[in-house]
Amino acid sequence: MSSLTRAEVAKLAKLARIELTDSEMDALSSEFAVILGAVDRIQGAPLADVQPTSHPLPINNVTRPDVVIPSLTPDEALSGAPAQEEQRFRVPQILGEE
Amino acid sequence: MIRKNASEMAAALAAKEISSVELVNAHYERIAEVDGQVKAFLHLDKEGALAQAKSVDDARAKGETLPPLAGVPVALKDIFTQKGVPTTAGSKILEGWRPPYDATVTANLKKNGLVILGKTNMDEFAMGSSTENSAYHPTHNPWDLTRIPGGSGGGSSASLAAFEAPLALGTDTGGSIRQPAAVTGTVGVKPTYGAVSRYGMIAFSSSLDQGGPCARTVLDAALLHEAIAGHDVKDSTSISAPTPKVVEAAKRADVKGLKIGVIKELQGDGYQKGVLNRFNESIELLSSLGAEIVEVSCPSFEYALAAYYLIAPSECSSNLARFDAMRYGMRVGEGDAESVMNATREAGFGREVKRRIILGTYALSSGYYDAYYGSAQKVRTLIMQDYAKAFAGVDVLVSPTAPTTAFKIGEKSNDPLAMYLNDVATIPVNLAGICGMSLPSGLADEDNLPTGFQIMAPAMEDQRLYNVGAALEAALLSKWGAPLLSKAPVLGGAK
Repeated sequence: MSSLTRAEVAKLAKLARIELTDSEMDALSSEFAVILGAVDRIQGAPLADVQPTSHPLPINNVTRPDVVIPSLTPDEALSGAPAQEEQRFRVPQILGEE
Repeated sequence: MIRKNASEMAAALAAKEISSVELVNAHYERIAEVDGQVKAFLHLDKEGALAQAKSVDDARAKGETLPPLAGVPVALKDIFTQKGVPTTAGSKILEGWRPPYDATVTANLKKNGLVILGKTNMDEFAMGSSTENSAYHPTHNPWDLTRIPGGSGGGSSASLAAFEAPLALGTDTGGSIRQPAAVTGTVGVKPTYGAVSRYGMIAFSSSLDQGGPCARTVLDAALLHEAIAGHDVKDSTSISAPTPKVVEAAKRADVKGLKIGVIKELQGDGYQKGVLNRFNESIELLSSLGAEIVEVSCPSFEYALAAYYLIAPSECSSNLARFDAMRYGMRVGEGDAESVMNATREAGFGREVKRRIILGTYALSSGYYDAYYGSAQKVRTLIMQDYAKAFAGVDVLVSPTAPTTAFKIGEKSNDPLAMYLNDVATIPVNLAGICGMSLPSGLADEDNLPTGFQIMAPAMEDQRLYNVGAALEAALLSKWGAPLLSKAPVLGGAK
């Protein structure tokens, strides 16, 4: 568990949507042996019967009054878009041809 | 004037001894003089800054009542959005992006009349301890230009130490405000989680990230803290309680009768001798001021670094999914959306960011989730329990901020684990969501470089940091006879 093969790195990169180069995958694979060796230390912690903490504050379901307030105009919202068309984000093809 | 503290600048402005426009111009002159060497800034917004300075001057001329820091310049870490001003978080994937809105922190600065000089350099998406992971350039430590200014907020800390700005903003996920403060001889505070809005602060690890003040004195940090903190409906993790009275506490500076706990686990092996010497001297000073010093044990801290390097990458792998080449930022590559996404993220992210995204993707993946992310969340509980137990018996806890002084640029850039170890003393604070401060404790014997003293207090007890910090700062100042930064090498032309 404390190291990752190159194939495993390739699979994770695909899941993370990053097209790593061959040399990056080689480097990551060897770096992970060291990093995972260090984080594996956590398996030695006395964790039986300990509740997990996902967040430091004991808050949930925060709401605010449902009132209309000014927000970005369409032009502002689109101002950083790589491409746009008719007041919408223009994106590359998402679904297949059929 | 640029070597004065922010509170002194504010007083001079209020007394009309200087105008904000003059003060801002003096800082731009300083930046022109030294930033070629220091490289603290990624972007300067002279036009916007001078317009804001002029409006503050005009308001003052009309006799309007102004907030305490009105007209004082500030440097903004490039992780905070500023409307119309380039904001990159140190990444190529956001190069050229001009946000259509202000972060709440940015809006609060403007509302308080502060003048934003420009955006400071940082490790890409705040991932790093040296600012070497900036996609643009490294920043140099004004104490020794061959060394790192800490990270991720190295641009902010360096700008203060080089007198390019009297105040700066940082964000602290595992120490990114406190460690840069320690290695540059400046002050940095990570407020209680939820005290400063995260709206418009580009997310790295949402359950750990917290914006906070950077300054050259404890009082200056307190003034900035009160200007930026407060409840924000745009951040669902924002605390609705009133901001602790930190300015009042910084002025009180009285530790008589307080109990101060020294954390046994945050010293010893791995800590530089000069760092420990200065730390122990500060403890003696606090004792001589009337504080009671006790040793405290936090046994779970042993697992803090491992927990952090599972939780932060896990959350970042999710947060950084938003950089998908669709709505803003870089877009490269051909073909369908997924191919464009893959190519853009490959081209736009740097090495450390990719490393952490992949690590986080692994820690969250089915089959490993319980062993890694799940265990890390349980360690978080143990660390909170350690703190709760410790604070039941003491008012504040203390430790060195960072185990070493500033290392050489390039020294650790190919050894991620060695870099991560820099955060060993700062990380527990983030995991527990409590507050912490670093202030200068002197220069290490070995290398004459600044060392940091860390103070920790329970959640929403930030005023304790400022009270103890200001008391220690005053005692050190009278011992040294002059602020630590007066011992830093003179940069730029002789003046």
